[in-house]
Amino acid sequence: MTSLFRTGLPAYAMVVGLLFLAGLPVLAVWADNIFLIDLYLRLMILAIAAVSLNLILGYGGMVSFGHAAYLVVGAYAVGIPAYYGIYNGFLQFAIAILASAAIALVTGAIALRTKGVYFIMITMAFAQMVFFTFVSIEEYGGDDGLVIDTRSEFGGLLDINDNFTLYYFVLASLILTLGLVHRIVHSRFGMVISGSKGNDRRMQAIGFPTYRYRLASYVISGAICGYAGALLGNFTNFITPEMGDWVRSGELIFMVVLGGAGSLFGPVLGTAMFVLLEEYLSRITQYWHFPFGAMLILVVIFTRGGINGMFRWLGGRIGLGARS
Amino acid sequence: MDWGLFTIQMLNGLQLGVLLFLLAAGLTLVFGIMDFVNLAHGSLYMMGAYFCATLTQLTDSFLLGVVLALPLTALLGWLVELIVVRALYTHDHLDHVLATFGLILCFDTAVDYIWGPTGMAIPLPDFLNGQVTLFGGLEFPVFRLVIIASGLLVAALLYVMVAHTRLGMLIRAGASNRTMVMALGVDIGKLFALVFAVGAAFAGFAGMLIAPITEASIGMGNDIIIVAFVVIIIGGIGSIKGAFVAAMIVGLIDTMGRSFLDQLLKVFMSAQNAETSAPALSAMAIYILMAVVLAFRPQGLFPPKVR
Amino acid sequence: MSGAFLEVRNLYKNYGGIAATDHVDLDVRESELHAIIGPNGAGKTTLISQLSGEVPPDGGRIRFAGRDITSTPAYRRSLLGLARSFQITSLMLDMTVLENVSLAVQAHAGHSFRFWKAARSESELVEPAMEALRSVGLGERAHDVARAMSHGEHRQLEIAMALATRPTLLLLDEPMAGMGVEESQRMVEILRNLKGEKTMLLIEHDMDAVFTLADRISVLVYGRVIATGTPEEIRNDEAVRQAYLGDEVA
Repeated sequence: MTSLFRTGLPAYAMVVGLLFLAGLPVLAVWADNIFLIDLYLRLMILAIAAVSLNLILGYGGMVSFGHAAYLVVGAYAVGIPAYYGIYNGFLQFAIAILASAAIALVTGAIALRTKGVYFIMITMAFAQMVFFTFVSIEEYGGDDGLVIDTRSEFGGLLDINDNFTLYYFVLASLILTLGLVHRIVHSRFGMVISGSKGNDRRMQAIGFPTYRYRLASYVISGAICGYAGALLGNFTNFITPEMGDWVRSGELIFMVVLGGAGSLFGPVLGTAMFVLLEEYLSRITQYWHFPFGAMLILVVIFTRGGINGMFRWLGGRIGLGARS
Repeated sequence: MDWGLFTIQMLNGLQLGVLLFLLAAGLTLVFGIMDFVNLAHGSLYMMGAYFCATLTQLTDSFLLGVVLALPLTALLGWLVELIVVRALYTHDHLDHVLATFGLILCFDTAVDYIWGPTGMAIPLPDFLNGQVTLFGGLEFPVFRLVIIASGLLVAALLYVMVAHTRLGMLIRAGASNRTMVMALGVDIGKLFALVFAVGAAFAGFAGMLIAPITEASIGMGNDIIIVAFVVIIIGGIGSIKGAFVAAMIVGLIDTMGRSFLDQLLKVFMSAQNAETSAPALSAMAIYILMAVVLAFRPQGLFPPKVR
Repeated sequence: MSGAFLEVRNLYKNYGGIAATDHVDLDVRESELHAIIGPNGAGKTTLISQLSGEVPPDGGRIRFAGRDITSTPAYRRSLLGLARSFQITSLMLDMTVLENVSLAVQAHAGHSFRFWKAARSESELVEPAMEALRSVGLGERAHDVARAMSHGEHRQLEIAMALATRPTLLLLDEPMAGMGVEESQRMVEILRNLKGEKTMLLIEHDMDAVFTLADRISVLVYGRVIATGTPEEIRNDEAVRQAYLGDEVA
């Protein structure tokens, strides 16, 4: 995992990928396949969530198994105001970000006191708390979910009721998120996070109060994921607590690890693989989860560290340093 | 307060606690000894229920179904260990989580393929199907009492095994000091496979006990496994005693919270507020409990001795 | 200013009924190199860990540069000027040598809630880090990944990181452990160059190194200080000979 820290994908591959995403709506119209836009919208929104998770998982070594909770919080931050007829997008997105950050602050403050498996499990448990909270609030539909009748309004600046506009809004968000995470991980703050992943005890001995930096990164990550949740709510127009089920959190981890945790573009690649495989496998057979699950197991057993790891393994160079 | 209802809910809480213990026992052993995180433990719970449902149908006897399904679930556990888990011991916890997550997908889909998407009911024999009259004229389903009794019996058996047999000695030693067990010349591979299979049988047994009440259904293990994880974290990973104590606490708090929290809240707030906040709070209660425990004891109530 | 630079009084730590640190009194004077010797299991590393703030003592006081730091957390002691090196190499192995040391510099260059500027190109961090690396002879290896270095080089990097925090007191936990003859000599040279410039508390098993380098020596046996004095005094101390040096001969 860590060896990808510096390598990752070459820059031109990123540029090609983003250009492809930018041109996709045109392609979809030309191919008379508007469905493609929906598919790639979902892909990009989940990619933002995966990139946010990568900040703490890939760079900071914090395996959060509850990240999908922020997707739900973000989605309901759009849905609940909309339920009361408040469609102001600035307000909704601000609520999504702040509420996610607040939840991340409280749960992170407790979770980061623990290590290893305890951390994995406590983040999962907190996500379940969020899940059950929304399930039990009858007013907002409980586990039946909530319909968002009108998408966020940005005072005439932007009309995301149009799927094309939403598409480019999401694409811009993805690029901004990538840029933000890139800056963060190379900043002093990012160095502390990476250092703490490598050796927390030593980081404290040389003078870092690492806990507060890790907590800050946890909050940033949650806030970005909440933003992705607000996008997701707008995109689906129908939100349920099930979006934050722990299985969804597991999928997010997979997206990050599949593409290469700790590399900037890896999570986007991983999300693409995940979403596209899911889409096309499910067309072949309704039992697509089986080959999908089996593939996941094989990837984990035979490669260590996602697609990059797989290439390394295929190259017969597994062994030294391949272990995360 | 209605003391009759209170007693019945206590029993229901006990029943949930017992089921949680059956699940958590295997989970905590596998983690304590093999340092392996098994998310797919809930799938074994589900498989136990389905095996039992089919065998009950074939043999026309629930008891025979259970007796036959138990070794079958253990065998399945043994196969899972052999094919997937064994390859992962040298990996880190993240890999365990990911691979067993893949396993869940496989199991859920396999069940869908073999048994179809709708659940399977397990008919109970007459002598288990009625109500029993407890003290004070309270009625309680016989089968729920059977669940509690058999769960406690298994817990007692497990205690005797862990405390008084050679295997138990190895398990205890393994949970606290793996290197030492290996140094004793024990075939660690066999020990791991055995523990995994036994854990699978416990989980499957829990599934068999609950299925006559809820039906065997796809993904039935995916929610309860999280609660089982809460149990072993509260109890302290690797500790059977911790798993038992925590399972009972969690079972009782969850059940009692759901039935009485609104009444309790009414003492502090308006009836309407109490009724709206009680369901949310009671659903969160066990997670709040876990957070509190971890805030004060990051290793759980009964942390294993230093490795 | 009264008292020593580092003043330990009545320090006590108990592990499961065994006193790892048994009412230790210790004075380290400013700019001296004070060595602690003692047989294995004498509680030397436990003592250092309490001084650096990683292990809380069960009783006693620690004063450093005139202030009580007994319950100050580890990171804050580092900010006060107290640095330690670890007996078992403790580095960020997946980072480069320079990044390891830059982080040590960064820890003492204000808070790190700075999210925008690329840290690797900040001369404010990199230049002092390079200086610390050169002072331990690792200037050439700056851009190698720490994992790829030899054991001896790891030890040197440990010292460089400690130095990069600009400490006034260095706690050195067996810097020569596991080193070959040549590497040990290089380390002795590095420490000799630091003498007078930094106050140092040195734990070491290499007696030749200790007796050449130390200004004063304390002998720790079963968690107790049984003697403190100049190398000459320690060499001639009867109790020390019996309890410690004698053991080694026999």
